[in-house]
Amino acid sequence: MIARFYAWLDRRLGLTVIYTTTLDRKVPKVNWAFTLGSATLFLAVMQAVTGIFLMVYYVPHPEQAYDSVNYIMTEVAFGWLIRGIHHWGATLMVVTVFLHMLRTFFYGAYKYPREITWISGVFLLLVTLGMGFTGYLLPWNQRAYWATTVGTSIAGTVPLAGPWIERILRGGEALSALTLARFFSAHIWMLPAALLMLIGLHIYLVIRLGISHIPQEGE
Amino acid sequence: MAGAEEVGGLSRRKFVTGMLAVLGGTIAAVVGVPAIGYLIAPALKRGETDVWVPLGPVEAIPVDQPTLFTFSRTQRVGWETLATSYGMYVLRSAQDQYLVLSNVCTHLACRVVWKDDPRDYTCPCHDGHFAKDGSVISGPPPRPLDEVEHKIEEGTLYVHLVEA
Repeated sequence: MIARFYAWLDRRLGLTVIYTTTLDRKVPKVNWAFTLGSATLFLAVMQAVTGIFLMVYYVPHPEQAYDSVNYIMTEVAFGWLIRGIHHWGATLMVVTVFLHMLRTFFYGAYKYPREITWISGVFLLLVTLGMGFTGYLLPWNQRAYWATTVGTSIAGTVPLAGPWIERILRGGEALSALTLARFFSAHIWMLPAALLMLIGLHIYLVIRLGISHIPQEGE
Repeated sequence: MAGAEEVGGLSRRKFVTGMLAVLGGTIAAVVGVPAIGYLIAPALKRGETDVWVPLGPVEAIPVDQPTLFTFSRTQRVGWETLATSYGMYVLRSAQDQYLVLSNVCTHLACRVVWKDDPRDYTCPCHDGHFAKDGSVISGPPPRPLDEVEHKIEEGTLYVHLVEA
């Protein structure tokens, strides 16, 4: 029964082809360092899911952001768990992204024909850091406020364009409701949209080109 | 080798399938229970109200004319303090009997309004009509307007506000 239903779906959707091309790929003999990309992808999915859940209660307004986060942490069932996963997952994701990049670098896996995979990975790193930077402000507590004050001030030290960049990041002179609102929109729509497209490209290339083997002596 | 594959009638394939089912079920529960609990948590919290609210001196209430009294109460809802407004119609008879009716329509909870022409309570949402005593005249309301318990102490009319 189930087998027949699957066969019916497979003829129309080509599920077996998707399975064999994505998961049944031929791979060279590799080690555990080659799981870092998958680990990062898993964390990204976790961040998306827990982030969507946090949005049920979070309000990006200076008067309510802190209270709504506090509400999630103290009164919503398992709110501490959802936010805890999002909080620690964010930190862990930056770590796995870096380790993934180091693995690619030291094994020389960025070389022909994988240059575009590497370049999209560089953008993925930047977007991930952007997610961390914008997400850090959202609880609107003292640490978030001053960290963003410092972070946007650092952006302001760029020669010539600095003060202009700083004003654009803050949406004005100082941190305000505008800063919180634009960081929020960047955190939940703009950066995730960019992240999704880049992940799509990155994974497409990994599937298309396959993964490189560990360099041998004399290569 | 057949002996190694099958111990006590349990094949390796069956064992792995069973273990995967148990493990998968456990993981689904560990993820699913917090997720559902998180989403429905505020709905499970009930603020209990049981207070007597003074509406005003009885001698100021007109006779044989439904009169609207409004008041609001503040409650902590989520992370916010929210003011909820209430409306009650008080009807004083010539014999100084009082009838207090909630202005919440029994159909779908819109607020009814007393009209002097044609002297009935009208619900603007779906054209429900209630008589002076709260009984349904026409329209979709399934039951009369809810009567609210009242008492008179030292010439002041109180209504009993109960919310579960």
